[in-house]
Amino acid sequence: MIHFDLESMPDFGLGWLNASGPSHDVVLSTRVRIARNLQGYPFSVRAKPSDRAAILSTVTEVLERSTPLADGVIVEIDQLDERQQKILLERHLVSRELLNEEAVPSAAALIASTREPVGLMVNEEDHLRLQSLMSGFDPRQTWRVVDSLDEELGAELPYAFHHEFGHLTSCPTNCGTGLRASVLIHLPGLVLTKEINKVLQGISQVGLTFRGLYGEGSEVVGNLFQVSNQTTLGKSEEDLIDHLQKIVAQVVDYELQARSILLRDAPNVIEDKVWRAYGLLRYARALGFDEMMNLLSGVRLGLSLKLLSGPSVYVLNRTMVFAQNAHLEEARDGSLTTSELDIQRANYVRMALTEAEPSAGV
Amino acid sequence: MLCDNCGKNEAEVHLTQIVENEMATVHLCPACAAEKGWDEPAKKLPLDAFLAQMGQAAMSDEEATIAGPCSYCHTTVDDFRQSGRLGCPHCYSIYETQLRAILRRIHGSTHHLGKVYVPPASTQADRSARLTGLRRKLQRAVEAEDFERAAVIRDQIRELETAVDV
Repeated sequence: MIHFDLESMPDFGLGWLNASGPSHDVVLSTRVRIARNLQGYPFSVRAKPSDRAAILSTVTEVLERSTPLADGVIVEIDQLDERQQKILLERHLVSRELLNEEAVPSAAALIASTREPVGLMVNEEDHLRLQSLMSGFDPRQTWRVVDSLDEELGAELPYAFHHEFGHLTSCPTNCGTGLRASVLIHLPGLVLTKEINKVLQGISQVGLTFRGLYGEGSEVVGNLFQVSNQTTLGKSEEDLIDHLQKIVAQVVDYELQARSILLRDAPNVIEDKVWRAYGLLRYARALGFDEMMNLLSGVRLGLSLKLLSGPSVYVLNRTMVFAQNAHLEEARDGSLTTSELDIQRANYVRMALTEAEPSAGV
Repeated sequence: MLCDNCGKNEAEVHLTQIVENEMATVHLCPACAAEKGWDEPAKKLPLDAFLAQMGQAAMSDEEATIAGPCSYCHTTVDDFRQSGRLGCPHCYSIYETQLRAILRRIHGSTHHLGKVYVPPASTQADRSARLTGLRRKLQRAVEAEDFERAAVIRDQIRELETAVDV
């Protein structure tokens, strides 16, 4: 396994940006993770540094023989500086829990394949968090990738499993399948037509839950919602995945309907909104992160309604990631104040949009 | 509105969560919110608080006194209540009764219906022993006319039988 360095792999973990997946004009990405713990060790919250080190070395040894991860990269969190850790967080490759901002725990690591969108976190809240992140709306395929890694690892590592409760996890909210499947979905149509609360309430009533861009407790920005299953026990993995697939497909339909209603009933208002968003992004000299996200949402909507012919969805996705604070600081190789960040963000966005100058749609 | 926790100060933190069909809102003053770690949204909710939102206590005081600490990792009921985290797989056996109730509240079920996991070191004998145990459980479930549970166990038996054949 290769030790990771950010310089040599600038696009690491960003395959989903290419907007190649199904329904990518509404669903940005699909993520599936499963929680696993090893028999014979206390959970992370009680594990001693020696336990953590043993877990990491056992896992890496098995992975050397696994199909997707034999030539993967390993990132040991305590080997990274604070900015590099934040970059991984901004790319949604690690959780806040893994970074544990107060004191980085020993032997916490991210292992990722360089060929497939699959990897795992080691010594997070649970010993293992197997995960996959794919472009667009594809819960079944994303699950299959994680499932096959799970089968390989489970055949060699003894998981903590209970005949009644299933896979045992540190927090009882994850036990059973340990599976959390989520989609990052862009719903400007439902927000503008004020249907969004009805839809979110409906989602909650069928066992799904929604969060902001950065997961638990985070704000909704740029009309982006993360929708995931709420419960992990009492249903099979396939049922959980199918349920998410079915419900989110309905939400995608509602969103597309809302967009066409907007275009039918208020075409001038929408067109103006989209081009204003584009204009601000194209010419602003300072942009806050939330402001940028909201404007990108307008441009993303415009692309989907063919009011703009460019930039591509890829450019928007890429901007969302690379115009975040830690990424901007990395590009400047130094820490920046809030106002410097806003200026750098505006510079980045202007450059990105200049390279992909659009023409007015029909 | 006064704080749900201390009942003295004005509530400024309002948290709403919906699980299945139940919606509950908790109102807290900043001091109590800070105490519960809710002043910072990125933090995880403690289990007691999570369940309190659903109008339920994680476990009654009576339930809490009859079990633990875990003989393997020494996690006590109070540790669990405060952090919402169990200390090790063995805790699931020590606190089995309490957990069954908690899992039912969180997930609406206590039975794993996903893939049946067979550990790598398990021999044919281990699997046969598990099969015998499962068949006994099935028998008991049928006798208790708990057919939902019986169906679950029957599926587990089938999966395990297939695994043995392979």
